[in-house]
Amino acid sequence: MVELASWLASLPIGQTLRRLNWLVPWLQIIHILANGIILAAVVMIDMRIWGISRSLGSIAATRRYQAWIWVGLILLTVTGFLLILYGPRRLLTDVTFQVKMAVMGLAMVATLALQLVLRPGWATTDAALATDAPSATGVRSVTTAHTGRHALANVLATLTLVLWVGVTLAGRGRWITLLMMR
Amino acid sequence: MLSIKELMGFIESSGVGMTISQSRGWFPALEMIHVTATTFVFGMITIVDLRLLGFLARGSAVSDLYRDVIPLTWGAFVVAATTGILLFTGQAVAYSVNLAFQMKFVALALIGLNMLAFRRFVYPAIAKQDRDAPVPLAAKLAGGFSLAGWIAVVSCARWIAYLMV
Repeated sequence: MVELASWLASLPIGQTLRRLNWLVPWLQIIHILANGIILAAVVMIDMRIWGISRSLGSIAATRRYQAWIWVGLILLTVTGFLLILYGPRRLLTDVTFQVKMAVMGLAMVATLALQLVLRPGWATTDAALATDAPSATGVRSVTTAHTGRHALANVLATLTLVLWVGVTLAGRGRWITLLMMR
Repeated sequence: MLSIKELMGFIESSGVGMTISQSRGWFPALEMIHVTATTFVFGMITIVDLRLLGFLARGSAVSDLYRDVIPLTWGAFVVAATTGILLFTGQAVAYSVNLAFQMKFVALALIGLNMLAFRRFVYPAIAKQDRDAPVPLAAKLAGGFSLAGWIAVVSCARWIAYLMV
């Protein structure tokens, strides 16, 4: 890791960034905003899967939020890489950062798995959702039996959210470092 | 009559303020939760703002989206505000003279006014609209202003650390 960090530190782009270091707060800001988009998109998809969404009438409709997750991920990754290149030694050897990367890896796997499960083929469930009259609180429930697929979507939805919240927490998680230094 | 600086010093030397600034764990833990809550608030509000601007979620009625988003967002905002107040007490003097911190609160105030005006004057009309109805100009302006405002809040907040004395 230290060798990797040293090599990254020697790259021209990193040196340019260190010269233009006023860019760094702005990279961080875009990084945070992208993180927010991802969290929100995940929550909207999850609300549909859990049956508590008023604005999404079908599971197929979650596709627009899925696209936003990818937009967010691209921004997150580009700014993230640039931020690593700015200070590779400091970041790559930081335990909190390593935890964040590990959790993010899991989060991305969960996100992908969720999107694969949500591919077309939900006609039965969507039809059930469409014909369900909303209750007094506007909650629509799936009256068909919880098929295995819906149960899997439920689990992945929850897991994806928990993991992305974990990534966000770890992003400011110097607390983790403090704990591990005890 | 207390000066602002004296008032901030008073807050900072309170029990809460001293605990947060002197412990090793409180500040990072509070900051972690504060940033996460704020990030979430930004993301959720952006969904509504982009809908008002007509950039996404046009398949959903504004009122449906609003009802999905707003309760969760308020909850997260309360968490953000609470942790924010606690964080502030730890270094009240330094924060109060920090330009980025001051600008953050100006931006928050403006967003708050925008939201109040939106709910009072604009939302009642569009709440009855179905999803294909065009969004009135006032709502687009409110959405755009809100989006710009929240980006400003997040930006100022990130800059605070760089301007701390």
